[in-house]
Amino acid sequence: MSPVLPLLLALGLGLAGWLVARARAWGFKRSAKDGRIASLPTYHAWYAALWIAVPVVLFYLLWDAVAGQLVIAHVLASPEAQVLPDFGLRRDTILNEAFAIAAGNDVRTPNPDALALAEPIREAQSRYGMIGIVVSLLIAGAGAAWAFLRLKPDFTARTRVERLVLIGLLLASLVAILTTLGIFVTLVFETVRFFGMVSPIDFLFGTQWNPDPMSNPDNPEGDRYGAIPLFWGTLFIGAIIAMIVAIPLGMMSAIYLTQYAPPKLRAWVKPALEVLAGVPTVVYGYFAALTIAPAIRDFGLSVGFANPSSESALAAGLVMGVMIIPFVSSMADDSIAAVPQAMRDGSLAMGATTNETIRRVLVPAALPGIVGGVMLAISRAIGETMIVVMAASTAANLTANPLEAMTTVTVQIVSLLTGEGSFDHPATLAAFALGFVLFMVTLVLNFIALRVVKRFREAYE
Amino acid sequence: MSDRVQPTRTPAFEARLKKRYAAERRFKMLGLSAIVFSVAVLIFLLGNMTLNGLGGFQRAEMKVEIDLPEMGLSLPPSMQDANTAARALETQGLRDVVAFSASESLGDEAAQHLNAEAWRIVAQEIIADPSLLQREETFWLPVTEDLASAYAEDGQLALQPLARQLAEDGVLEDRFDPGFMTRADATDPQLVGIWGALKGSILTMIVTLLLAFPIGVLAALYLEEYAPKNRWTDVIEVSINNLAAVPSIIFGLLGLAVFLTIFPGYRSAPLIGGMTLALMTMPVIVISGRNAIKAVPPSIRDGALAVGASPVQVVFHHVLPLALPGILTGTIIGMARALGETAPLLLIGMRAFIATPPTGFTDNATVLPMQIFLWSDEIDRGFVERTSAAIIVLLIFLLLMNGLAIYLRNRFEKRW
Repeated sequence: MSPVLPLLLALGLGLAGWLVARARAWGFKRSAKDGRIASLPTYHAWYAALWIAVPVVLFYLLWDAVAGQLVIAHVLASPEAQVLPDFGLRRDTILNEAFAIAAGNDVRTPNPDALALAEPIREAQSRYGMIGIVVSLLIAGAGAAWAFLRLKPDFTARTRVERLVLIGLLLASLVAILTTLGIFVTLVFETVRFFGMVSPIDFLFGTQWNPDPMSNPDNPEGDRYGAIPLFWGTLFIGAIIAMIVAIPLGMMSAIYLTQYAPPKLRAWVKPALEVLAGVPTVVYGYFAALTIAPAIRDFGLSVGFANPSSESALAAGLVMGVMIIPFVSSMADDSIAAVPQAMRDGSLAMGATTNETIRRVLVPAALPGIVGGVMLAISRAIGETMIVVMAASTAANLTANPLEAMTTVTVQIVSLLTGEGSFDHPATLAAFALGFVLFMVTLVLNFIALRVVKRFREAYE
Repeated sequence: MSDRVQPTRTPAFEARLKKRYAAERRFKMLGLSAIVFSVAVLIFLLGNMTLNGLGGFQRAEMKVEIDLPEMGLSLPPSMQDANTAARALETQGLRDVVAFSASESLGDEAAQHLNAEAWRIVAQEIIADPSLLQREETFWLPVTEDLASAYAEDGQLALQPLARQLAEDGVLEDRFDPGFMTRADATDPQLVGIWGALKGSILTMIVTLLLAFPIGVLAALYLEEYAPKNRWTDVIEVSINNLAAVPSIIFGLLGLAVFLTIFPGYRSAPLIGGMTLALMTMPVIVISGRNAIKAVPPSIRDGALAVGASPVQVVFHHVLPLALPGILTGTIIGMARALGETAPLLLIGMRAFIATPPTGFTDNATVLPMQIFLWSDEIDRGFVERTSAAIIVLLIFLLLMNGLAIYLRNRFEKRW
């Protein structure tokens, strides 16, 4: 059943209920002796509309999931489905294709089995769609009856509506918890499955990373899943090379902008740096892969490297560092600005030059904030995906040479999940285990960073 | 008075002072050069994309004269629908007509390099203006990718003399290709366009906005106006702040494991992409929304409460309208980030080759950053320029959105 139709139905019926209920409440108001009723007519209208639309939408959300399963069950029971292969990827491919054909999408070379299945799918979809619509109508009718039976001049519609609004607000704020929980549960669940096949010791301390999505899933070779080279690559690109670029440039930009720059220059440069942060990472990745990586390769050749890789850790790290500059500089900017002016004036009054004041007074005083900002920047760099996917390689190398190819956690997540693998294979599940490690590391970094920043801020307030 | 007063400025002092001032100047220069470097990188990045990308809005086209009346084509007025009309022209042999006219006017060798899809352009022009059939007409038609790259002095050496010859004759040149904005993906860089990806982006953004904006605003209102200060709301607050800092690829893992399990049929649809991005955008909206709501002075609330408004009325009639510009600014910034995001969509499967623009939220689609990513993998030289052109379009959209956010902030910023 198309998702638009029931929603339109809910909206339409809700609107109708709104109009009718308001008219009715106006009737109450006119016939009331002093022209006053317990709640304004609008609240009566909202009361009715909510009672009609909300149950329909809730039912539909439930029904959509149920009906999908029912359609599949119905189709699999049809005679046309008997020729399907038993399980696995091929069967899913045919089914997906059949659903696409049933939905009227263009399929380039349709599988004959899928073509045959399209008719039963369409039939089942329209049948369950009809059932859904009829039940929706019944539910809407029941809601309307409930609401209209209660509309009376002394009915306190406003309190009820407001209670519902408050529930809505609470639910909205729960989405954040649900998302966090969803992320956590998914990652833990799949990671546990992965560790059922590959020992955590192998994963966390092995030095060979070479998963084979085509291997026999019942015999996962644990020695293929040593993630140390990935952790090293991530650290090397995101926390070392990128930070070597970003910290000095970001710090010096922030210092110049807060202490030296005339206001006019500041007004122009600050937004320009913000633009640098707003450029999509896929553009940086393209820039790194197309412009920076070949330049670095040529440079490597010219200084006599035998065979520099065209996908080097250096290219990815440099460009990522540039991306992080505005991040570091705005954090440093904030924390330097938070140092009390009296400390700066005191140092200058003692005869220190501006740069001595900055280095001996402002930066040490702002250090906790700056460190917090740098940690946030690192957490951002190690979670960054597109730059490394496009500019770093997929070959896991444990080396300290920045001109060599290196891979990162995020690159491996992408390459493991965009290949042809089933969800029960350790190679696919490894992506979730990597995701879990990434999630925990960035979480810890952010937590420490926020703590540091908070504690520091309290010192002067 | 025999104590001699020492001069304060001893030579050692002078030397030290000089050194300190030199250090001061060096430090200042260092700061300036950091800024110059950052801005230079930005300019280089944008300039590089622009220079490369301007070529991407063009394609190599050949001048072909077609004597349409002579060919005896006809377009019955009953066939107004573009699809049936194109099919009718195809069955009447328009493809051969174009190939024949090309070899008539350009010679056989050149005609071989007319793009196989060139006749569709002739068909479209005829459908747009059927009177063309009554006169001889000159068309500029795309060439094959081989000839185009030879014309760009790249690719096959054997073709370069031909390309040079044709260019000298004035029948082969790079012409602005308006179709780049209106076509979808293709395998031939001469025939690609970004409308499919752009439309996918727009549909995805609509889903993201419809989900993230209401949820984000309501959550911000709850946390700022109603939430009791207890452990529960602390948990909510911490999880929102954490979500804002979670790497985007993790949201892709969530979308893959949760949304695609619940809706297996909507793989690579804007619906799923939008839902995934909405989870990512929502915390941004909540955080900026809370700041905007916090900035509304308590006197407004007190005033409304004093004349008898209920707490819900205070919020929805007074606080929310005043906080809305701030909330909108945050929303636009969050949406801009979502528009440029690729990694989560990569995981949930929006990386398919899709040659027709999506027509609805549940159709297969790709988005603009993903199109850039897919093209960047293509080895054909023509795709480099096309990719840069797509990047220009994406950056223009982002600049417009950020500009709008800045405008809103300046226009509606209030000092209470």
